[in-house]
Amino acid sequence: MSVDLGLSPDQESIAELFDGFFSNEAPPAVARAVEPLGFDRDLWNKVIELGAPGMGSAPENGGGGASLGDLVVVAETVGRSIAPVPLVDHLAALSLLTDADLIAGEAIAAVAVRPADDNGIWSLVPTGAVADVVIGVDGDETVVVRSAPPMSGPRNHGSMPLANRSAREGARTVLGPASLFETVLDRWKLLTAAALVGIADAAKELGVAYVKEREQFGVPVGSFQAVQHGLADLPVAIDGGRLLTHKAAWALDNVTDGLLDWANNDITDGPALATMALLFAADAAVMATDRSLHYHGGYGFAEEYDIQMYYRRARGWSLILDDPTTVSLTLADRLFGSVEG
Amino acid sequence: MDFSLSPEVVEFRDEIRSIVREFVTPEIADRMHTTGVFDAPELNLELGRRGILERACPGLGKGDPIEMYVMFNELEKAGAPYDGLAVALMIAAVVNKLGSDEQKERIIPSIISGEALVCMGYSEADFGSDVASIKTRAVKDGDEWVINGSKMWTTLAQVAEWLILLTRTDLDLPKHKGLTMFILPMNTPGITVEPVHTLGTEITNATWYDDVRVGDEAVLGGENSGWRTMTTVLAFERGVMGGTNAGVPLLRHFHEWAEANGVFDESTTRERMTRSVIDMQVATLLTMRSAWIAASGGMPGLEGSMTKVFAVEAYQRASRWTQATSGPAGLLQFHEEGAAGEGFVEYDARHSPVMSIYGGTSEINRNNIAERHLGLPKSR
Repeated sequence: MSVDLGLSPDQESIAELFDGFFSNEAPPAVARAVEPLGFDRDLWNKVIELGAPGMGSAPENGGGGASLGDLVVVAETVGRSIAPVPLVDHLAALSLLTDADLIAGEAIAAVAVRPADDNGIWSLVPTGAVADVVIGVDGDETVVVRSAPPMSGPRNHGSMPLANRSAREGARTVLGPASLFETVLDRWKLLTAAALVGIADAAKELGVAYVKEREQFGVPVGSFQAVQHGLADLPVAIDGGRLLTHKAAWALDNVTDGLLDWANNDITDGPALATMALLFAADAAVMATDRSLHYHGGYGFAEEYDIQMYYRRARGWSLILDDPTTVSLTLADRLFGSVEG
Repeated sequence: MDFSLSPEVVEFRDEIRSIVREFVTPEIADRMHTTGVFDAPELNLELGRRGILERACPGLGKGDPIEMYVMFNELEKAGAPYDGLAVALMIAAVVNKLGSDEQKERIIPSIISGEALVCMGYSEADFGSDVASIKTRAVKDGDEWVINGSKMWTTLAQVAEWLILLTRTDLDLPKHKGLTMFILPMNTPGITVEPVHTLGTEITNATWYDDVRVGDEAVLGGENSGWRTMTTVLAFERGVMGGTNAGVPLLRHFHEWAEANGVFDESTTRERMTRSVIDMQVATLLTMRSAWIAASGGMPGLEGSMTKVFAVEAYQRASRWTQATSGPAGLLQFHEEGAAGEGFVEYDARHSPVMSIYGGTSEINRNNIAERHLGLPKSR
């Protein structure tokens, strides 16, 4: 036990494997081809061959037993490639689900990130359009529902497979009290944060490559200091987001009764760190895609260029839980105690 | 990744926390703001007496950069005056890395005992960020060097025992190559110190050098190797030795006032506070990364630039909103009745602007990131 802020050799291999896999099998053209639904069944089948859907599940259930730190590495590669597969949601949902077909990936699981309404409807469930199983909160219970996916949903900014799903129709199992769901949501926030770090990283790469290539006034656009300084902020936000995400994974995996001592900047509480990571990574992804798109000039606006796909997903993935103010205020209650009355 | 401190480092941290509790009193904070000297000799001596300075100094004792990070982070979070200590330890580390055996014996013990401070003479009135263009001259005269010129921002010169001084020794070489660094006692004849009062209370200085004579024993890191010495110093300065969590005590002071005045129930305040808490956590993780790189045998120069850009701007954001949220109470200074955060809110609004200037401006750091991390062409 002591500070080690590098990826483990295993994690280096995981990153290499998944980055390689996605850049071969899922270049941005693949995500583009399946818009607006945002799901590619063939690609998901290849993800299954990699053993990815069950990699975070317990070995005794046939899973890979990977740590949350390992899953963070995978989720970042999903973000970097914007691969149209629901791996983040699926891995998060499986923190409580052990069905063999889910661990194998033959069935897809989604996380209803907001509780069901009075009519038992989970609105705009990420991955809801394609998931066979949805886990979420209905009333004061954590429930899991198996029902046929609609395979379509409202067209949306992030080209995400969103859909409303019923918490009551279909094969419904009550897993326990609503509080049980917190584990799933913490993991969803963590992995979504990691995916947003990946988006930010890819957007930075696209922007830097473009400004090195593109010339105006006879020199690369990237030789102008105004452009350089806008881009220089990106690796800072990306590295910060990555460290925070990994710290959250470390805390969720290793720390019980973590500290919430914000007054001394001593925070080791996993759930708080996961929310912090989500908020920070969302800002990083939004900033990176903003700037990268802008430095593409008019081409950044052209559909033909890939940066616009990252731009939309940065917003889609970060807003699907709730507006950042609401997320911040929930975190504030955990950090500072809730407001009386 | 592993974010846990080893049991040994935890023990070290707890020792520092107990020293901080004993020595960093409101009187000490008061004194730094009335004298303009951001240093607490009694704290330095206690840290020296317990062997903590030697233990934390890069290359000395245990020399674990993680411990150095922990020490400065604890001092900074507690609101301790640590500027003097940071410069002194940084220079002790450089003397240890580049100095002669004679220099190490003569200089280092005075620093790690907590007795002696060091001031830095790099910038000049006309050369700040472009420090490689400085004009202060050192000319060889027999066995001696004769130094003439002047420096700006020689902070702590009024109390320091040692001076580290960047000079030009060869006019024919390109600007980065003709520089030599000296380290000499501040009581060497020919040195004049004039105070410069600053917005953030700290008193810095302008210093003049008139026929200051020193021998070769004062050359640090070799003749015409001043730039290398300089970059070695900066690699230690940027990132690990404080300056990255200044918002933590501010948030604490503000929170206490906001709670007592009903301001903390407002959702705007709570959201801003949450954002700043996240910023402070990220700033400390970036700092910890620099320490970890150093602990793994690397030189975290570039990472230090990244940390500094982020951390000081996070502090400035925190300072801006805490003052605005405090309204008129955010204008009141120390000891005035009703002052937000006992006056720290107002003070930090004066202190935070300097952080993106000294020790490498945010623009210099962004140039550094753009060129060395992103591989973009040199833009100046």
